Amino acid sequence: MNTVSLALHNLLRNRRRSLATLLAMVIGLCAILVFGGYSSSTIYSMQTGYVQLHGHLQIQRKNYFLDGSSNPTAYGIADYERIMEQVRRDPVLAPMLTVVTPKLQLSGIAGNFAAGVSTNVLSAGIVAPEQAQLRAWDDYGNMSYAPPIALLNTPGNAVVIGTGVARKLQLCQALNVHPCPTPSIAKNTSAAPTPDDIAALSAQEAPSASAKQSTHIEMLAATVQGAPNVVGLDVVKAENFGLKEFDDSYTMMHLAQAQRLVYGGAAPQVTAIQIQLHHTAQMAQARARLTQLLAPELQKGELEVLDYETLAPIYGQTIEFFQSVFGFIAILIGVIVLFTVGNTMGMAVVERTTEIGTLRAIGLRQGGIRRLFVTEGLVLGVAGAVLGTLIALALAALINHSGLTWTPPGYVYAYPLKVRLWGAWATLAGSAGALVLVAGLSAWWPARRAARLLIVDALRHV
Amino acid sequence: MHPVILRNVSRTYRLGSVDVPALSDIHLEIRANCFTVICGPSGSGKTTLLNVVGCIDRPDHGEVLVAGQNVLALSDDALSDFRARNLGFIFQNFNLLQVLTAYENVEYPLLLSGMPAPQRHERVRSLLDAVGLSDKARNRPGQLSGGQRQRVAIARALAPAPTLVLADEPTANLDSQTGAGIIALMRQMQREHHVSFVFSSHDPQVQAAADDTVTICDGRITSIERLPESSGVLA
Repeated sequence: MNTVSLALHNLLRNRRRSLATLLAMVIGLCAILVFGGYSSSTIYSMQTGYVQLHGHLQIQRKNYFLDGSSNPTAYGIADYERIMEQVRRDPVLAPMLTVVTPKLQLSGIAGNFAAGVSTNVLSAGIVAPEQAQLRAWDDYGNMSYAPPIALLNTPGNAVVIGTGVARKLQLCQALNVHPCPTPSIAKNTSAAPTPDDIAALSAQEAPSASAKQSTHIEMLAATVQGAPNVVGLDVVKAENFGLKEFDDSYTMMHLAQAQRLVYGGAAPQVTAIQIQLHHTAQMAQARARLTQLLAPELQKGELEVLDYETLAPIYGQTIEFFQSVFGFIAILIGVIVLFTVGNTMGMAVVERTTEIGTLRAIGLRQGGIRRLFVTEGLVLGVAGAVLGTLIALALAALINHSGLTWTPPGYVYAYPLKVRLWGAWATLAGSAGALVLVAGLSAWWPARRAARLLIVDALRHV
Repeated sequence: MHPVILRNVSRTYRLGSVDVPALSDIHLEIRANCFTVICGPSGSGKTTLLNVVGCIDRPDHGEVLVAGQNVLALSDDALSDFRARNLGFIFQNFNLLQVLTAYENVEYPLLLSGMPAPQRHERVRSLLDAVGLSDKARNRPGQLSGGQRQRVAIARALAPAPTLVLADEPTANLDSQTGAGIIALMRQMQREHHVSFVFSSHDPQVQAAADDTVTICDGRITSIERLPESSGVLA
């Protein structure tokens, strides 16, 4: 008969009350763990999305991210092929790499001359097969339902445009974009009219436009020399790019085409080299190695290395948001457990006052009384932690196999709705440990009160 | 040596704004290996005197020596340890731990004293056997009659081999036949274990069985009757 055994006996004395207390703890812990698993899953989903989009790291010209977005003429990386080769061949980096791919970001005007409309666009020149590899990254297991890159296996003059761009260029019907209301305002009032000289340039660049009238557009951009340049492009798909502002202006074309548009006959450049690793955990090591490899360029302030968290600030903000909600829920449930266990122990002290007096009379020290009641709180806490953890794991498995999906803000494709608990040992141990601690702490005050009872008063208690 | 010596002991309780003297200027020596009963009307101070002797209440004035130890000089923890080693308690309402079996109730004081398991089990078995409850060892208090519960309480009180056993109205909640049996058992245990018993009681059966009778009224000892040691009653 040790203290734990006696505590267990005492808890079983009033089964209904102990069960009610246990239930409160189990529900509380389940809520914390399931939410923790959900937020963890959401964060992993978002990370997967951003790593698929940006890679883990990007090499850019210094301050391009802050100041030179879509200004390839000022922030192009001229010797990008050498740098990519250097990265790919590096014995330290090579085993960590999945993809190293260039990207050229530019801005221009897209026009549908057949309809007489044009709009400002942001465009990315990409290497489609390598972007497809980027998008295949799924290190956390079945986290993404990302569709294939629409530009894959398309001709060199292919372009993918946002559905918003398709609407503005009045290509809805040809590209099967819905919804697409018929413009109720006069033609060309919402978009800049195409200048005559640009139209003439376009006519030269798109000799077969008449044959492909329904999906043919022209893209105008400024070259490095400052002169306007136009290329004719065939829209292969209108794709929803998520955020409306983005969808209304984004287009994607093959890198070579984008480079021809911006650099013409000059040496081609890119605005970023995307580097994707096998695992996010390798990022610090990879970054350190890149810093060594690119030391001359970095020291001269020509280049910089950015990670996906910097490139997508919303990722960090989302983590902070989830952490604050998790913290709030944890505190709320902690307070509930504190008062529930405290109340249970308080009632036990009142009911067992005579017994406390008896134990003290036969020689149990004050510390022994405190230990007994705190142990009862801890036993309740441990039982709640074990049961709560098991039930939360079962709930997580149920949710994970339910086939539910969700689409994060700014995304157009769904992610499986998952609660990542199995393997999140730190979360499980931390939450369960905190519950036990709170249960023990909440029993402390009633235990102290019990220990300080005067023996004669306790024995007289009815 | 007297197991208990009280000198000039006073104890006052405060009820609201009124001081109520429970014990006044008590001088008492309890003889070793005796059955001592403290009797007197309700509110006379019997239980308070027993509590002071049992080291669960401290007097306002005076000196209390139990088993040769000035107990008022001890800290709370030291006093707890002292009680665990030297004193046994039998209560009017038995005060057994409801969640423990008869065996475990008797074992509990031995756990406090840190007795090794083999000796502990032997001691508990022999005590339960002595009080006639070997077959009820696994029963909880709720499964025992009043007399049986008090027998368990007697075994528990004797478990640590105390110098002194204190019993507050031990037969008050028992019928006269069962009470007589309990008194006989306590007397037997007192003789076999060479221990002093001090009771507070109204029960004429208890008073009749006593070696020494201390009468108390309004917190003062009014008489002490002692059987001579040569009477043959004392062990």
